[in-house]
Amino acid sequence: MSALNPTVAHSAAQADNDGRLAWDARLERLVSFAFTLPCLAVVALCVLVPCAWLFFLSAFGTDGNPSFENYQRILDGASYARIFVTTFQVALATVAACVLIGVPFATFINGLPPRRSVIFLAAVLLPFWTSLLVRAYAWLVLLQRTGIVNSMLMGLGITKAPLELAFNHFATVLGMTHIMLPIFILPVLGAMRNIDRALIRAAASMGASRSYTYRRIFLPLAAPGIAAGAILVFVMSLGFYVTPAILGGGNVNVISMRIARSLSNYSNWGAASALGVLLLVFTALLFALSYGVQRVLLSRQRS
Amino acid sequence: MFDGFEETPLVERLKWLLAILLVVFLAAPSFIVVPMSFSSSDFLAFPPPSLSLRWYRYFLESITWTQAARASLTAGTLTTLVSVPIGIFAAYGAMQLSQRWRLLVSGLIVLPAVIPSILIAIGLFFVLARIGMVGTMTGLVLGHVALAIPVVFVVMSAAFSQFDFSQERAARSLGARWHQAWLRVVLPQVGGPIVASGLLAFVTSLDEVVVAMFVSGGNNATLPKVMFTALRDKIDPTIAVVSTVLLVVATVAVIVILRKGAAALRA
Repeated sequence: MSALNPTVAHSAAQADNDGRLAWDARLERLVSFAFTLPCLAVVALCVLVPCAWLFFLSAFGTDGNPSFENYQRILDGASYARIFVTTFQVALATVAACVLIGVPFATFINGLPPRRSVIFLAAVLLPFWTSLLVRAYAWLVLLQRTGIVNSMLMGLGITKAPLELAFNHFATVLGMTHIMLPIFILPVLGAMRNIDRALIRAAASMGASRSYTYRRIFLPLAAPGIAAGAILVFVMSLGFYVTPAILGGGNVNVISMRIARSLSNYSNWGAASALGVLLLVFTALLFALSYGVQRVLLSRQRS
Repeated sequence: MFDGFEETPLVERLKWLLAILLVVFLAAPSFIVVPMSFSSSDFLAFPPPSLSLRWYRYFLESITWTQAARASLTAGTLTTLVSVPIGIFAAYGAMQLSQRWRLLVSGLIVLPAVIPSILIAIGLFFVLARIGMVGTMTGLVLGHVALAIPVVFVVMSAAFSQFDFSQERAARSLGARWHQAWLRVVLPQVGGPIVASGLLAFVTSLDEVVVAMFVSGGNNATLPKVMFTALRDKIDPTIAVVSTVLLVVATVAVIVILRKGAAALRA
């Protein structure tokens, strides 16, 4: 019957064909996915398994039974509380410095004609790829008692005796700001590039002042990029190790330094992994927060 | 941007002054290590009292430093050789996935870049300790590959996003084998970004401290690890020599990248 009916026969063939196409598409997707497997395997081996291991080590006592002993010790110990406070203080100060310096600087670069802006952008990007260690060391040289900064300050008669600039919070935040500024400027500049210039011109034509336009039109439109940059800087600052270790000179104890110390000095894996898990949780929470903030800011712009 | 507004010359000049100061703030500190490496002094002093190559000679004659340099070069080369191909494959594969899967896969692949490296370091240390591989080159390279993969992946994803995949399909439909289509159609068009991502992978490994600190040791201790230890114990101008070497490599890499991978990075 169906063989006699051309339309039915046709659609049956088509269905068959569609089915095969769908199968082909699925196969193709599977092959595409297989291409990503080596990468995913490395990530699993180097990130996912170790993180799971951290959870495991932190949540079981030395006798192999589940215990919150490691976390309890962190909650009780005043030294741990101080480490968390220090870490957050340093990270917040770094974010503040990045916002204060980075937003005006990004505005400046954004306002330049393309050719000139490339030069400034290269100047921002070049230190991005130089070693953290080299930069920490360079700051150490600059800030030491007999360093250039001190001799300049004394030469100008601003101070009589050399200031203690290295090995403290100030040096740490300075070094971290130096490292994070390019990372902050890139998303901010991205957001600023997307702002419609017609809106600025419209404000001008309607008699708004320059600073009013900047505050009420330009900055709110750049806000998602600024928020993204600030949260990125904050999250990355929480995990810093090298810069505080060198520029803090032992006077600035942050979480990662404590983790490293409990491992290398005391081989206390439980304590180190509990701290590691907390750091991981903070990182994840902040990224989730950043995602939420982005969505709110973007939806507010649309409405 | 604010072209509808008047600007007073004073404000304009002040703006340029501040911007240039900021560029100096960003770029200058790294370069201060170069003159210091030519110092004749026994300790750090800037400006150096007189110039000499003694610390370069010391660096080349010191077993610790040359061994570290060899370990760093080996680790960097192996990291590049491993991370670039698998990063290219992953970026290529992820490109063809549906939106949702692509987000998931790329999220996982860039994970090592957003997780504090101290966690990767100690996590990897636990895993390697369990299988008796702490202090081996394999373990170190594994850690460095994990950190290099996000970089390669991001650069190559940007490159592939500008590549027209119907060209590959056309080549295949005209009878090209899979590998022929890849070698003669796909790869030549993303050559620049591949070079760029390889250099970035190398520099990532060369500059990496934290994973190397935990995972490498003995003969496999890398330059940054030895440098970090030296910075804590005694600071002499050898460190400036090592910094200069690292800086030169990174600068050359960035210049090549800006020329080769500019298109990919701009995307």
